[in-house]
Amino acid sequence: MPVAVLLLLLVLVPFDWFLGDYTALMILIGIHTMVTVGLCLVMGYTGQVCLGQAAFYGLGAYGSAILATTYHVNPWLAMALAAVITGAFAYVVGYPIFKLKGNYLAMATLGLGLVVVILFEQLDSLTNGVRGITGIPRLSIGDFVFDSPFRRYFLVWVFCLATLLLAQNMVRSRTGRALKAIHGSEAAAESIGINAAQFKVKIFVLSAVFASLAGSLYAHHVFYISPGRFAFLFSVVIVVMAVIGGLASIWGAIFGTAVVRLLSDKLLIELGGWDMIIYGLILVVVMILVPQGLFVGLRDNYERWRLKRAQRGAVA
Amino acid sequence: MSLDLFVQSFISGLSQGSVYALVGLGFTIVFTVTRIINFAQGEFVMVGGMLSWAFFTLYGVPQVPALILAILVATIVGAVLYSLAIRPARKASVVSLIIITIGASILIRGIVSEVWRGDFVRNGTDVVRPPYFTGEEPLHFLGASIEPQRLWIVGTTLLVAIALHFFFSYTMVGKALKACSVNRIGATLAGINPRTMALIAFAMAAALGAIGGIVVAPQNTTWVEAGLMLGLNGFVAAAIGGFRSQLVTVVGGIGLGVLEQFAIRVDWGPFSSGYASAIALVVLLVVLLARSAKLAEEERIS
Amino acid sequence: MRKWFCVLLAVFILAAAIPLAGVGCGNGGEEETGVIKIGALLDNSGANKPLGDPEKQTLELLQEQFNANGGIDGRQIEIVFRDYGKTGADVVALVNELIEQQDVVAIIGTTGTTESLAIIDAVDSAKTPNISLAADERITLPVGTSKWVFKTPQTTFMAVQQVYAYIEDQGITDIAIMTDKLGFGAGGKKDLVDQADDYGLDIKSQQEFNNDDSTWDSYISNIKSSGAEAVVVWGTNPGPANFAKALKNQAPEIAYFGSHGIANKSFITLAGTAANGVIFPSGKLIVASQLPDSDEQKDVLLDFIADYEAKYGAGTCNTFAGHAFDALWMLKLAIEEAGSTDKAKVRSELEKIEDFAGTGGIFTMSKEDHCGLSEGCMVNVKIDNGQWVLLT
Repeated sequence: MPVAVLLLLLVLVPFDWFLGDYTALMILIGIHTMVTVGLCLVMGYTGQVCLGQAAFYGLGAYGSAILATTYHVNPWLAMALAAVITGAFAYVVGYPIFKLKGNYLAMATLGLGLVVVILFEQLDSLTNGVRGITGIPRLSIGDFVFDSPFRRYFLVWVFCLATLLLAQNMVRSRTGRALKAIHGSEAAAESIGINAAQFKVKIFVLSAVFASLAGSLYAHHVFYISPGRFAFLFSVVIVVMAVIGGLASIWGAIFGTAVVRLLSDKLLIELGGWDMIIYGLILVVVMILVPQGLFVGLRDNYERWRLKRAQRGAVA
Repeated sequence: MSLDLFVQSFISGLSQGSVYALVGLGFTIVFTVTRIINFAQGEFVMVGGMLSWAFFTLYGVPQVPALILAILVATIVGAVLYSLAIRPARKASVVSLIIITIGASILIRGIVSEVWRGDFVRNGTDVVRPPYFTGEEPLHFLGASIEPQRLWIVGTTLLVAIALHFFFSYTMVGKALKACSVNRIGATLAGINPRTMALIAFAMAAALGAIGGIVVAPQNTTWVEAGLMLGLNGFVAAAIGGFRSQLVTVVGGIGLGVLEQFAIRVDWGPFSSGYASAIALVVLLVVLLARSAKLAEEERIS
Repeated sequence: MRKWFCVLLAVFILAAAIPLAGVGCGNGGEEETGVIKIGALLDNSGANKPLGDPEKQTLELLQEQFNANGGIDGRQIEIVFRDYGKTGADVVALVNELIEQQDVVAIIGTTGTTESLAIIDAVDSAKTPNISLAADERITLPVGTSKWVFKTPQTTFMAVQQVYAYIEDQGITDIAIMTDKLGFGAGGKKDLVDQADDYGLDIKSQQEFNNDDSTWDSYISNIKSSGAEAVVVWGTNPGPANFAKALKNQAPEIAYFGSHGIANKSFITLAGTAANGVIFPSGKLIVASQLPDSDEQKDVLLDFIADYEAKYGAGTCNTFAGHAFDALWMLKLAIEEAGSTDKAKVRSELEKIEDFAGTGGIFTMSKEDHCGLSEGCMVNVKIDNGQWVLLT
């Protein structure tokens, strides 16, 4: 039921008479949720920290931008190509990276993210370096161009919801169960014939593809991108979103993303460096108190409260 | 490559690498005692440099006391970091701890950025340069011009490394720390309190970072985001040392610095100085992969 | 739950397919009475913060002054500030927000060249006047790029001409150039290369640097071996300052000429003693008190500096603050001439501005020239003992 309400709200938001002013914000929330959900899956089901999601997001954005502007490829095709390239990249680096564990894996993904941004900055002839790429065309279907926030809102949220559906599917499928087994105990999982490495890389690639699609949508939304957007700090912001949302929760991803975006775009606009302080505090406090993620923690508490009420009801 | 450029690059590399070595030592000490990788290590360097600038330039403290105060305050920050963020989460998973230390590093950056916001705006930038230790007149050697601050950097690092060696081998505290790193349970049985040891380790790492910071800031300037790349390079140095050997960490750090300088000297066409940071990352990935099997074993045991 | 998902997904797609082009676009016309909203798109957190912050302070100062004196055209003004320098901020999304949701009559900004170029399409399709605070000529040229975009800072090639003329006068012929990799440096590089011949200069070495480089050894080594007598550095802090220091230490015999991007105190603070002897072109603001009394801009400059420093502190005023001053003042004049906030009318009044004595120079806009400045708007400044000295 609450899900239905949420979705109804989503449909109504971009209408002027409802919450029209929030359309731009909601578009960003939709795009970032796609990235966050991927990270939630990776972190939740492999138990590893990934600090380089911004790299995949950036690859999607740059891929679309370069293909669409320099090579005049159809934007939809460009988006698909970028996703394929990013996925392949994730596949290739995934295997060696997932041989590492814990801190080392985290550092390796951090390093990966940084290398990708450096490449964006230095490969001048391809990416126009630090100056960024301008004039990225709008997406369109035939004559229908997504040139207003209203239209892009729906486009983005269709993608976002589809992503969430896919993620939900995956979690309930064989792959999801295998991953849960691996998360519980890798040795045990391996003993029943699950190739842990393969599954981890699979989900890593999936998260990369989600991020890439999000990046492409982003590029067509803002029509100007520069390497600075995809720096390490953005990877951290995504981690914050995932942490608030819940490391293995799919719906939590929307919650986490929304909270962070609201904070940074509406509440903290005038406060300068305070957004760093708040993000830092959130990360530290949430991980100490509610390590499974804020949303998940809240939901569990709610469930427990409902259970207690039901029990009390039964007794009385 | 001409001799003077060679010497110039070599000295630059030595001094850059020395800072990496100090940061790497910080990582290593914390890790051996607590098994935690403190992602905020690089921030201590930045804080050290910032504080030395603030004490001297803003609060009028004479230079030498300013440096000492900077180290002291940074050490306290390290201790506070441990007490408030790490200790309460001691039962947490590796994932949680990583996120917590990342959160701490961002928090520190945010605080630095806000505390001196007025000054940064007034100056028009958050890049600051504390005064040189012994002036800027360069020394000339084999055609190269060497700023004396670079010698300070290298010299301080070597002194610190030697001091640490004696500390760990010959003092009670040092030996206790070592005991903790070798066998935690055994150390506890011998009456060593692991939490106190962890606190000391964090404080030491912060002090090391700050020393690096105060000595490199006059040469390279420092700014709010300076800790990230320094932390990364330091991490690579520590990784080269296997997070275990202080000697290899120092050698690795210095070697990395020299490697970076020479790599960007050679004009290989598209590769410019922007790739210097990439070199550290490539080395990191190589080291991590080469040791991945061994590291995985260690993780499983601990 | 999955069932609901699919149902609402379907509803979504249907809703998106309805060609509701008009509904939801939220773009009403401006009211002819009430507060005038002006957008300010500045960098207050990123690389150009040292420029964006003084710009913001100027606009706040003028907002106060104008409102205390009846506002613009009898109406109070409200400047809506947006900081595009924050991580995750999107300059184009902010432009759209300012135009579509805040209903601003015009946008002042952006601080940096790169972003100013990036928003041209956006302001053009939204038919909103935009007065840029960035220097590159590509913002307003070639003519017809966008009739909605104007700018107040002196164009890069004017600065290049100014400093080249001085270099030529000194009898120097062999130079090296160092440019940063941002829009400012790239534009500078193009102009430096194009204009060299006109001043009898031979560019012996061209190098690009990253602003956060910490060692400059190979750049300097290359410059030394190229035989250049002087180096012209085109960038904004901190790169040029750090480079100045390194150059002083390793090759003090090579003269350092800068760009107008270093016309702020932080260059001197960061470069320390190495700043002395540096010569660069600049708007007249930083040496206003040294100008001859006959200079038309002297009074405007001195008044502005006095007001600005009364509010923000001594020694804080700089040329970037001045660019914002010029932008808002010209917008005020245009709105008052137009007698309304109709964007098209304001735009055409902006184009008709003649002989406006601002901080950057005397502005005369026209259909072909949306910058409005010409030769004589800049001077050469030398740093001596940590102070700016006007060179005549």
